Amino acid sequence: MIKILKYSFYDLMRSRWSYVYFLFYLLLGFVLLFLNNELSKAVITLMNVIIVLVPLIGTIFGVMYFYNSKEFTELLLAQPIKRSSIFFGQYLGVAGSLTMSLVLGLGIPFALYGLFESNAIWDFSLLLITGAFLTMIFTALAFNIALSNENKIKGFGYAVLVWLFLAVIYDGLFLMSLIVFEKYPLDNFSLIATMFNPIDLSRTLILLKLDISALLGYTGAIFKQFFGTNLGLMISIVMLTLWTIIPVWRLGYKSKRKDF
Amino acid sequence: MKRKHVLIYVILLLLGTNLWASTITVCSTCSIKTIKEAIAQAADFDTILIKKGTYKEFNIRIDKPLTLIGEDHPIIDGEEQGEIIQIAANNVTIDGLHIKNVGTSYTSDYAAIRVIRSEDFLIQNVKLEKLFFGIYLERSKNGKVLNNTIVGDAKDEYNSGNGIQLWHSQHIMVANNSVQQVRDGIYLEFSDFITIENNYSANNLRYGLHFMFSNDDIYEGNTFESNGAGVAVMFSKRINMHGNTFKNNWGTASFGLLLKEINDAEISGNTFEENTVGISIEGSNRIVYKNNDFIRNGWAIKVRGACYTNTITRNNFLYNSFDLAYNSNLNDNVFEENYWSDYTGYDLDRNGIGDIPYRPVKLFSYIVNRTPETIILLRSLFMDIIDFSEKVSPVFTPDNLVDAKPLMKRIK
Repeated sequence: MIKILKYSFYDLMRSRWSYVYFLFYLLLGFVLLFLNNELSKAVITLMNVIIVLVPLIGTIFGVMYFYNSKEFTELLLAQPIKRSSIFFGQYLGVAGSLTMSLVLGLGIPFALYGLFESNAIWDFSLLLITGAFLTMIFTALAFNIALSNENKIKGFGYAVLVWLFLAVIYDGLFLMSLIVFEKYPLDNFSLIATMFNPIDLSRTLILLKLDISALLGYTGAIFKQFFGTNLGLMISIVMLTLWTIIPVWRLGYKSKRKDF
Repeated sequence: MKRKHVLIYVILLLLGTNLWASTITVCSTCSIKTIKEAIAQAADFDTILIKKGTYKEFNIRIDKPLTLIGEDHPIIDGEEQGEIIQIAANNVTIDGLHIKNVGTSYTSDYAAIRVIRSEDFLIQNVKLEKLFFGIYLERSKNGKVLNNTIVGDAKDEYNSGNGIQLWHSQHIMVANNSVQQVRDGIYLEFSDFITIENNYSANNLRYGLHFMFSNDDIYEGNTFESNGAGVAVMFSKRINMHGNTFKNNWGTASFGLLLKEINDAEISGNTFEENTVGISIEGSNRIVYKNNDFIRNGWAIKVRGACYTNTITRNNFLYNSFDLAYNSNLNDNVFEENYWSDYTGYDLDRNGIGDIPYRPVKLFSYIVNRTPETIILLRSLFMDIIDFSEKVSPVFTPDNLVDAKPLMKRIK
């Protein structure tokens, strides 16, 4: 598995897209910090980008890579290697290189602007951690979709749909239900609804750490009571891990049974 | 002839000093060791000079026109026994004292300096520390409270007092004071024609400045920073608010300025920076908002209802999360010629005024007003999308709530 991971990883490291992705974040980081020299303000703007873009790129990249390396995968399948190690290796290779581009691309400009002396370091690390989680989650989802669909167009379609659902439509449904049931106490409902969407969960987690959380008022206070404690943070991390593990597990499960 | 004149002058001069003021000095080595003793011995219009040292006294009652001057801020320590200085005469001046340890009581409002039914007083350069109430003016007139420094150690609202309190007082000038860490920095109740100028009120538990049933007052050039909730103006008429700074009143229930049942006021040239809510308005009519800067607030203006014929013109709205929250579909207020940093229109005829009107109420702001729980979707992509579609074709937000002449450039 390690060998395949290494191969995928280096293959991607050599590919142009990893560089483009890395340079994009590098540029974004520098431009943001150039425009407002304040680290904590830049973290808020960055959050907006990460919440939307990281899942999208994870999804597209994952699907693309899976379909592109299909012939190579089939070649590997003919060798006496465990199926799960082939797919896990490839998955970790993609997710790893994307995460590295993200962390380095954003980390370098922020470090140069004095991140380590500023007190935004925790907010920033949380941002990177959730970014890494989102990459892992959406790459795993993309691999699942690609594995289940032989048809490339269909696969792409479903992958984009999943992203669209979690990034946009879910919030719309969430909003509708909040408005329809406004006569009922909605605190626990909104907490749970947030938990079930990794994008919402990441957004809330970061927002509550920033001082903008004062805007959230009464609802925010309840959220803060939950997420502010170590237990809340643990539960959110566990939820994000579950969101990673379940698709990865399904990937292993499906790949074993699939007839190539 | 000349000699006679000089003689008369000298005689007059000698007579004069005898008639007007003699100075009584108080110090630990003098013949008069306490301030109370000095007051008892003093005649009207005398000056009492208090030398540096610590005087453990309380309930000092000044019942004749005197001037108390402290040299190098002598300390009057009340040892938490009760009230420290009471002024019950006209023309009293208190200058340069350092008063501390006022008693705390749940039945009476002990103050460091209390002025009762007096006129023409002057309280200046006084430092107050560890206090319950600071300077308490009661049914007094024509006085001045200048350059005082008040630093409390209030922790809970129920057992703390206000820095400067005016009750049933008229024509008072409160200027250049610094009030920190008390309940309400400056509190006015039934007090008219008061001028509050260039004060600094910060870190207070409740409000930086608080008006109740007080009319025709002016406050300008003050800074209110990091208070529990900025400034509250309630049930008052004709208040003029000019050139103040409301900063960092940041918390779940905080605001820079609260207007409740305020009529005919003018709010101009103020800066509202980083407050949860810049101005929260309820039941306030005929108010002119002009030339204010709203910078990076959660909500710049939150209108809670029953607000009619207000004019909001030539203000800068810069990078607020929400420019305006509005809870009804009826609008009788005028928004005109403001600069909105969120405005994305164009100006083809180059007259500095945008060609398409700006709608300050976003759909999200409208939804949050209806169902406060939805605020949890703040900064989600979905909200940006529906805000955009509402901007393009408004359905929910009031039709006539527009700035028809949004400015293209920030007003300097």
